Amino acid sequence: MRKIALALMASVLLFGCNNDDDTQPVVVEVSVDFTFTQNWDGDPIENSDFDIPQYTNENGEMMSISKLVYLISDVTFISLTDGVTYDAGDYNLINVREQTNLNFTPDIEIPEGDYLVSFTFGFDDEDNQDGIYPDLNSADGGWNVPMMLGGGYHYMRLEGKFIDDTGSLENYAYHTIRAADTSTDPVTLQDTSFGVGLGQITIGSSTNIEVQMNVAEWFKNPNTWDLNVLNTVLMPNFDAQIMMFENGSNFSNSQGAFSLGSVTQ
Amino acid sequence: MFVSCADDQDDNVNGYTATPLELEIPPLFEEKILPPVIPEDNPQTVEGVALGRKLFFDKKLSADNTLACAGCHSPANAFTDPRQFSIGIDGIAGTRNSMPLFNVAWNYNELFFWDGRATSVENQALAPVTDPIEMHNTWSQVATTLQSDAQYPAMFEDAFGTQSIDSVLVTKAIAQFIRTLISGNSRFDRYLAGTEELTPSELNGLNIFLDENRGDCFHCHGNPNNPLWTDNIFHNNGLDEIFEDRGRGLVTGDPREFGLFKTPSLRNLEYTAPYMHDGRFETIDDVINHYSEGLVYSETIDPLMKKVDEGGVGLSPEDKADLKAFLLTLSDPEFISNPDFQDPN
Repeated sequence: MRKIALALMASVLLFGCNNDDDTQPVVVEVSVDFTFTQNWDGDPIENSDFDIPQYTNENGEMMSISKLVYLISDVTFISLTDGVTYDAGDYNLINVREQTNLNFTPDIEIPEGDYLVSFTFGFDDEDNQDGIYPDLNSADGGWNVPMMLGGGYHYMRLEGKFIDDTGSLENYAYHTIRAADTSTDPVTLQDTSFGVGLGQITIGSSTNIEVQMNVAEWFKNPNTWDLNVLNTVLMPNFDAQIMMFENGSNFSNSQGAFSLGSVTQ
Repeated sequence: MFVSCADDQDDNVNGYTATPLELEIPPLFEEKILPPVIPEDNPQTVEGVALGRKLFFDKKLSADNTLACAGCHSPANAFTDPRQFSIGIDGIAGTRNSMPLFNVAWNYNELFFWDGRATSVENQALAPVTDPIEMHNTWSQVATTLQSDAQYPAMFEDAFGTQSIDSVLVTKAIAQFIRTLISGNSRFDRYLAGTEELTPSELNGLNIFLDENRGDCFHCHGNPNNPLWTDNIFHNNGLDEIFEDRGRGLVTGDPREFGLFKTPSLRNLEYTAPYMHDGRFETIDDVINHYSEGLVYSETIDPLMKKVDEGGVGLSPEDKADLKAFLLTLSDPEFISNPDFQDPN
């Protein structure tokens, strides 16, 4: 019924806006809503799940999550009709525990139709400029990365505790950033943001796209993550950052941490 | 029609509007972080700030006229109390160290006090007046006292367009004054502006502060792109195995937040001793030693605390000295001596 009403409304708008001298149809442009959800191998992660050692990672450690904040940017739509690319160019910092920015509408309107939809996890090098985003400088006490590691911004802060090989509860801070090799002068930087393809999606007048993050994947493929070895001080660890990139993305045909959830119209 | 067009957003009546006052925002703040939080129903005005300043330093807010807000928030100490615990009018000591007051308008989550129980600056100003171990007064008595004063009714008229004094207007005025307490002219601020040099020791201290393998202070206390030097978030920083004070958990009732307290700003550390929510550390050295080798485990300890089983990251004496040298570059002597922030009474 709603679709019929919208169709009628669109017809009225089309007629109302029609120019008798222009044979081109008026294109209706729409915004697209995204909802970000998180799970551990399919079990939803809610606020009440934080700080409870209840997850077993691929390497066998029982672990909890205390904090999960991550950045996505550059939501992109490539039209399957005419090949035009639409890129909002904005970004969204998602705080899972505080339940902020789980819903995001990129600041762009596009014609209805079929698209290949994707976004970037973190910031690519073009966007990852030091200190230029006041809202991110203000978030979480500063979402920044120190200049000694090349500056720019964090991609993700995933923190919590795990039971180590001796049975002790230890802290971990799985922070993803642009990889920085500080053994060279100047520091060698490698962009470890990655694109996440969500596949073909039909965009209508009220489309909502769910993006799922399976947190377990960060510890799984292709690198089985051993928290006994890699728990804290991971930001200056170039190799660890590469491994995080490989696990989070669909590098080497691995699953990757992100996938398309439900799409509603 | 006139009623429907009236502005519900402020307490000004009879069409009176006080003189708008812009906050003097340091250039670094303008450039790097989001604008300050000013509530729509309490805009900054010249008259409101003047009134708030007079109230802040006036002992008439206490039941026996012996204690002002400034009694526990001294300008010389960056608006905190040099005593471990402040003493109320009945000679009773509190249980937490008084928090410093500056740059509070940039507390974006608007949770105040060590445990975040106040949800605005106005709300924060409400509590001490009636707290039995602080000013131990009643708001009706405060209103009566101020109403009978020779100056206050006219000042409230100037600030809010009414001579009818109550707790809402008193706390609004005090909050306006507190929001003017802006500190943004330390040596480090000037270093960032390119007008000041730091010593090699201070620069090494900054590196330690930002080094995840040594100080790693920045994840809670910010970085050169955030001049607030706090995340204004709640953490358990490894002080106690057993909590005598549940902190944030006392407010939320959530066991996961037992023992969490708000991160204080490191700006003006030189003037704000003693340190921690209970003022247990007398010196900056004590604080650095805590993070270096004094951490103790408890269930809610923050994951950012490293090598807890070893007591901390184990900084060398040289690194400790350099870290302290850097921290002292965050001192803003102009702030504590600013004539606009002193007692006008």
